[in-house]
Amino acid sequence: MLELVTARLQGKLIDAEVNRVGEVTVELSPEQLIEVATLLRDDAALAFDQLIDIAGVDYAEYGSEQLPLKLAAVYHLLSLQHNWRIRLRVFAPEPLPLIESVCDVWPAASWFEREAFDLFGIIFNGHPDLRRILTDYGFIGHPFRKDFPLVGHVEMFYDVDLGRVVYRPVDLENRVTVPRVIRQDNRYESAGE
Amino acid sequence: MAEIRNYTMNFGPQHPAAHGVLRLVLEMDGEVVQKADPHIGLLHRGTEKLAESKPYNQSIPYMDRLDYVSMMCNEHGYVLAIEKLLGVDVPLRAQYIRVMFDEITRLLNHLMWLGTHALDVGAMTVFLYCFREREDLMDVYEAVSGARMHAAYYRPGGVYRDLPDQMSQYKTSKWHNDKQVRTMNQARGGSLLDFIEDFAQRFPACIDDYETLLTDNRIWKQRTVGIGVVSPERAKALGFTGPMLRGSGIEWDLRRKQPYEVYDQLDFDIPLGVNGDCYDRYLVRVEEMRQSTGIIRQCIDWLRVNPGPVISNDHKVTPPSRGEMKEDMESLIHHFKLFTEGYSVPAGEAYAAIEHPKGEFGVYLVSDGSNKPYRMKIRAPGFAHLAAMDEMVKGHMLSDVVAVIGTMDVVFGEIDR
Repeated sequence: MLELVTARLQGKLIDAEVNRVGEVTVELSPEQLIEVATLLRDDAALAFDQLIDIAGVDYAEYGSEQLPLKLAAVYHLLSLQHNWRIRLRVFAPEPLPLIESVCDVWPAASWFEREAFDLFGIIFNGHPDLRRILTDYGFIGHPFRKDFPLVGHVEMFYDVDLGRVVYRPVDLENRVTVPRVIRQDNRYESAGE
Repeated sequence: MAEIRNYTMNFGPQHPAAHGVLRLVLEMDGEVVQKADPHIGLLHRGTEKLAESKPYNQSIPYMDRLDYVSMMCNEHGYVLAIEKLLGVDVPLRAQYIRVMFDEITRLLNHLMWLGTHALDVGAMTVFLYCFREREDLMDVYEAVSGARMHAAYYRPGGVYRDLPDQMSQYKTSKWHNDKQVRTMNQARGGSLLDFIEDFAQRFPACIDDYETLLTDNRIWKQRTVGIGVVSPERAKALGFTGPMLRGSGIEWDLRRKQPYEVYDQLDFDIPLGVNGDCYDRYLVRVEEMRQSTGIIRQCIDWLRVNPGPVISNDHKVTPPSRGEMKEDMESLIHHFKLFTEGYSVPAGEAYAAIEHPKGEFGVYLVSDGSNKPYRMKIRAPGFAHLAAMDEMVKGHMLSDVVAVIGTMDVVFGEIDR
């Protein structure tokens, strides 16, 4: 299937591979996204008629990297007709993470894009209604970015004097019980990436 | 003449028919819905972010709390993704146990769905019957994991322990005398498998009971036939999966099309709807319960005659037994490393999907080679279904909104994550 995809999308891809676990992954630039997405959906030989998921990923601290921000949107597509899947990865440009919306290609994208916008701050150009979806009304920041602390910035409590719920700076400390370690495992060397 | 304007109505977040914490902002023209805007996120706990901060195994209990009516299926999606990245083999017996518990979970989920959906639409009795059967299945969960709901039973490499040889029994108390306890314990004399088999024997008759109450019920049909119709093309475009897709007549079931575990060796049918309305989706789910009962029976037959290990013996991933740990130095090291640091998953990414009772439940894992996931994304079926709310209720009456919420089988644990 990889050959088919690369043949159909000649010159439009940055990278295409079948990864270690046998999943087809394609990387493309934000400019090519709409064109490629439409082609993937409409080409009868590919027929990716279902958008399964859009995941935002912040690659800022991947491995030993220490970048300020490196956002990507990862699309999972499924073809009911051919019974196969593909993954598209689009790295968002910097400093403004702007990616074209695929709502017109797959209507299912609407909420997934809202979610990626809410949690990662990826802006989807052309989305009809790009509002926050999972976080609170009036929330500030994008919580799933790597530079956002796990405990958050504010907490909510009930102020007896004011007689209402107010926000105040969080007074929890960010405790790490198990540190993150990267171990070289020889058993996976041959299959390594 | 007076000006007639649409007005906005707030439905939920605390409404018995909202199935949790759904807030719907409805734009109404009289009693007809013009636009529905679901506000979600009231149960957002940041499961995915939490998972990034702890070793892989410590996130398994969070999975139970996603879709809190189909607990083990969520775990299954998660451990499958880890296993895919690690490349560990799962013993055959563990695969059968997983399939059996997936189907038990499907029954749990569909019973909950049927009861609440019928209750929303106005049939009280079904709810009581469904919860009677759910109780038995909860006991099965408890027998195997110690918890009635949040089991945390699956592990990468298998399941935590083998099925118990003895089913727990009721004791006499001031509420139940000896005679009552004897009848309550009737099916509990043997092993867990005996108990499940007994359940699978009598459950089809229970489904007949539910159907007697609903399938030809005039009120039920008036409330569901022709409500929330989704054409096959729209169902595909809107990202529907599971019973929502099959209700529209598209034959798609991951258990058949992309089989995982031992589903390719089991015999079952995929029910399909024709019209894509609430009534067809009801029929599809009821038939799925019958098929699941059949799968459970096949698993029981296999499990009875095939004892063996239920978890992989790759001790980099699974803990060694207590006895081994006391005797053997290497096992002690494995045990210590596993419970202090966890295991490192080789760098890469994987997407594993299972046929969850509600649709396709997928887990997308990105690993950078460390002992914690770099990014975990949960693909919740209900999220895509609820996104279609506006389209499904447009032009329907306010009372039909409740029927559509019911037919989607939404659970906010998984939608808000």
